[in-house]
Amino acid sequence: MDLKLKIWRQKDAKAKGQFELYSLNNITKDSSFLEMMDVLNEQLLSQGIEPVAFDHDCREGICGMCSLFINGRAHGPDTEITTCQLHMRKFKDGETITVEPWRSNGFPIIKDLMVDRTAYDKILQAGGYVSVNTGGVPDANAIPISKEVADEAMDAATCIGCGACVATCKNSSAMLFVSNKVSQLALLPQGKAEASRRAKAMVSKMDELGFGNCTNTGACEVECPKGISISHIARLNREFLMATAKE
Amino acid sequence: MSGFLSSSIGKKFFMSITGLFLVVFLLVHLTANLALLFGPNAFNIVSHFMGTNPLIQIMQPILAAGFIVHIIYATFLTLQNQKARGNDGYAKVVNSHQSSWASKNMYILGSLVLTFLVLHILNFFWKIKVTGSPLLAEVEVNGEAMENAYALVAALFTDQKLGLVYSLVYIFGAIALAFHLTHGFWSAFQTLGMSNDIWRKRWTVLGYLFAFAVGGGFAIIPLFLMLFA
Amino acid sequence: MIKLDSKIPEGLVAEKWDNYKAHQNLVNPSNKRKLDIIVVGTGLAGGAAAASFGELGFKVKVFCYQDSPRRAHSIAAQGGINAAKNYPNDGDSIYRLFYDTVKGGDYRAREANVFRLAQVSNDIIDQCVAQGVPFAREYGGLLSNRSFGGAQVSRTFYARGQTGQQLLLGAYGALNRQIHLGTVEMHNRTEMMDIVIVDGKTRGIVTRNLVTGEIKAHFAHAVVLATGGYGNVFFLSTNAMGSNGSAAWKAYKKGAFFANPCFVQIHPTCIPVHGDFQSKLTLMSESLRNDGRIWTPKKKEDAEAIRAGKKKPTDLSEDEKDYYLERRYPAFGNLVPRDVASRAAKERCDSGYGVGTGQAVYLDFKTSIERLGEKVIADRYGNLFQMYEKIVDENPYKTPMMIYPAIHYTMGGTWVDYELQTTIKGLFSTGEANFSDHGANRLGASALMQGLADGYFVIPYTIQNFLADEIHTPRMNPNEVKEFIEAKEAVVAHVNKLMSVNGNRSVDSIHKELGHIMWDYVGMARNKEGLNTAIEKLIALRKEFWKNVKVPGTSEGLNIELEKANRVADFIELGELMARDALHREESCGGHFREEHQTTEGEAMRNDQDFTYVAAWEYKGIDNLPELHKEELKYEAIEVKVRNYK
Repeated sequence: MDLKLKIWRQKDAKAKGQFELYSLNNITKDSSFLEMMDVLNEQLLSQGIEPVAFDHDCREGICGMCSLFINGRAHGPDTEITTCQLHMRKFKDGETITVEPWRSNGFPIIKDLMVDRTAYDKILQAGGYVSVNTGGVPDANAIPISKEVADEAMDAATCIGCGACVATCKNSSAMLFVSNKVSQLALLPQGKAEASRRAKAMVSKMDELGFGNCTNTGACEVECPKGISISHIARLNREFLMATAKE
Repeated sequence: MSGFLSSSIGKKFFMSITGLFLVVFLLVHLTANLALLFGPNAFNIVSHFMGTNPLIQIMQPILAAGFIVHIIYATFLTLQNQKARGNDGYAKVVNSHQSSWASKNMYILGSLVLTFLVLHILNFFWKIKVTGSPLLAEVEVNGEAMENAYALVAALFTDQKLGLVYSLVYIFGAIALAFHLTHGFWSAFQTLGMSNDIWRKRWTVLGYLFAFAVGGGFAIIPLFLMLFA
Repeated sequence: MIKLDSKIPEGLVAEKWDNYKAHQNLVNPSNKRKLDIIVVGTGLAGGAAAASFGELGFKVKVFCYQDSPRRAHSIAAQGGINAAKNYPNDGDSIYRLFYDTVKGGDYRAREANVFRLAQVSNDIIDQCVAQGVPFAREYGGLLSNRSFGGAQVSRTFYARGQTGQQLLLGAYGALNRQIHLGTVEMHNRTEMMDIVIVDGKTRGIVTRNLVTGEIKAHFAHAVVLATGGYGNVFFLSTNAMGSNGSAAWKAYKKGAFFANPCFVQIHPTCIPVHGDFQSKLTLMSESLRNDGRIWTPKKKEDAEAIRAGKKKPTDLSEDEKDYYLERRYPAFGNLVPRDVASRAAKERCDSGYGVGTGQAVYLDFKTSIERLGEKVIADRYGNLFQMYEKIVDENPYKTPMMIYPAIHYTMGGTWVDYELQTTIKGLFSTGEANFSDHGANRLGASALMQGLADGYFVIPYTIQNFLADEIHTPRMNPNEVKEFIEAKEAVVAHVNKLMSVNGNRSVDSIHKELGHIMWDYVGMARNKEGLNTAIEKLIALRKEFWKNVKVPGTSEGLNIELEKANRVADFIELGELMARDALHREESCGGHFREEHQTTEGEAMRNDQDFTYVAAWEYKGIDNLPELHKEELKYEAIEVKVRNYK
């Protein structure tokens, strides 16, 4: 298939960016979107143009490193999938594909399509863990946890931290991301001890880093490559309000 | 507590609480207004009650405060949200079909409702409480003297020149309100943390029912008056 | 010749670790604050080690090339993690886990290390549960286990098909906590470029900031490499695109011996290669072999017709299918270990029975769906089937999956002693980066176990035995000490050299060529002639690289081509060492199959007489042959046998 690519190019964080239009021919429909980008970069290299910078690593949909806002949607036109697993058969021959970086104050652009998501690390550093040291913990089977609770915690825990929720939210809200960790650890007995502290610390860090406020549109769960439900946001709200009430 | 007030969830908490308070108000207001469908006497009695009952009088400034808090917080949150996207927005955005149009345009819908509200207050509340109107001349119902609020309302929608325009504006206002509620209702419960995968469906269905009942109820009144008064 | 001292403690194998811990040196709390440790890599081994060091009170600096420590490729492990908990009461024990691991590794692993691994395996599960890792549970609320690759007991703990992710996020959480407390300093998007040695001891590293291009030297009293494996030598592998062997390779060139480089694991169930533009191979969990049956057409004509698109696999009747694993290995059938299954698939395809592009076999769920119903199969493998459909655009419920072996894991790595210390003092190596625990073949669900064992429960002890003697070593200023300045200058020169070649070939094109050489000659089946050819070609490719590679842009700021060039330059040299190691090892064992050494039925033939040793290679300069050192392997607790899966 032949394609036209409208790609955001930006030299570095401070530079002003703009779209560039590239033509690309003979792409097979079985290649993945990122393989198509590889072919584009090889072509640019041969033309003496600097290749397009974009984040990617595992290319099997789990590391959360790939991003890209493709044709108006985070991770492109397929659902429950990351960009690296998106395949070209989802596009039409001759189509113009618009590729943009995640856009959010919380995710400043590093170069071209690459953004800085350390804000997510910072939010988790504020409290997204159970405070136990290595060693000296009880036997794994000492505390039974019902299968339903464990499954629900696992649903939340599948978050890959890619940032699609922020990218797609019209408010750039990071609530789905924050709620995943808060919900997972609030559900499990191991995490309950510091559930209040965790919810408050993580929300406060999230607010500090310039993300918007959740207005419950539910767009995030539609674009989430792991299909995580916004019911976890309800649990985060509950944890946060309860924590405040206890003060 | 100051942390709570400035936190995003804290702000949204006030949006939800005031929103739910306004939902209760709508219910009372609609019930009262539906008396219009039962003729002048019925409406005038209800209207008189609403104008004189001490509890209702106490609630009036609280209601106004609820509106103001809801609007101020909405404005504040919306501005913050717009800023959060950063300097360069997206060139192309495809709205995912699974999140409703209303949910993404609450501030616009709210602004429409507010505009309508101002007009609505000028039409009725302002005249009854402040300027007065010859239409409000006292009538006697069941031996009690009271203002003829029915005449004021009926006159607006049956006016030779502007009756149709007003009716359409009121119907439009009711529709905007209904859409605002389709998202606002369940969203309030979500923000308060009173939701999960099961309750979300329940709140959403209930929200839609409520929204259409309220929107439909308010829309019926001008239609009824235009056709039958 | 230097004698390799593996420092295995005295006593029976079951007592060694306790003996070691009882007699090792420790560092007291007030001195820990004065000691710095650098950890390179944030996967299971690195993340767990860094967090544990921080908890103990050391000052820690951690580096990763990704944008966040959570992205390390441990995250991609699907199946599970082994432990000898014996929760199912099916007869498991520490000894049995130890035995299975040594046997699975085809008797080329160090007994004492593997026993320690089995001993601490139970602590890992406890630790992860305490961190909030949501392992799968039974209705009664207790942990669930499943069976996995080759073992006769169910000892694998799992979190759906994302066990690696959940374990890594647990370690990442522990790491985040230490970052928050200020004991750990995190450096994202930073690549290690070399190590710094002062007076024979590793005292730091030189890094390049991948965003700014800044080259900087960092001091520490000890350095821990947790940089994963080198499977990307083959270009196409199940590794992440950025996974690389450079840290281990730079250490090798500074004097750390490299052990068993030719031991590479090829995973039998991956989605086949479909074109030249392909960048990555996707693994389908080994668990699929529990219910899927592997076959190729019985008749060549059918295979040809399928390849030409004239026939579909569903057109073939049962007696036209050759379930070759069930035919060749009736006892284990489709559940033979990874190396055996991979070679059998290659044999079928090489003989002309392959489907798809000719390099694929079928993994068929028809029988299981008929037996159990589509719903049960969907419950067990739904997410994998969905992934397959997204990638291949075929519905595996209706038509059999196509699979082919792919490079997955490297058992070889930096040589380490019992303390996980390399041949350079103060330089440690953990997880996939070292060689120690898996011998010539790794069992399923053991990589996660080893990474976390090293990180949580081994290195936090053993590193203190070294650091106890370092409490009087003051911190050094990298800007003032000669060795640091020189190391930094050497890195700058290396980067400038890469930038200045300015030829006309892209890094990827050279990397792909390297991959083809490695796959063709140092892949699943190797022979003397092929390996000699490979060495020649690799030397030529190295020269081609330094004459003709093109790195655009500048060395300042973000330059992805420069990052890749730095890694590929090392991969080419590493590939050559792999070929030399494969050439010298005149036997077939585990993942290393020499065509000259097979039975008449095509099974691997080990040579215990001559090769029961670890081959540790010492760097002698780029134009000289590396020197081989042998660590003899002694089996005291286990009787060495021929692996038989018939």
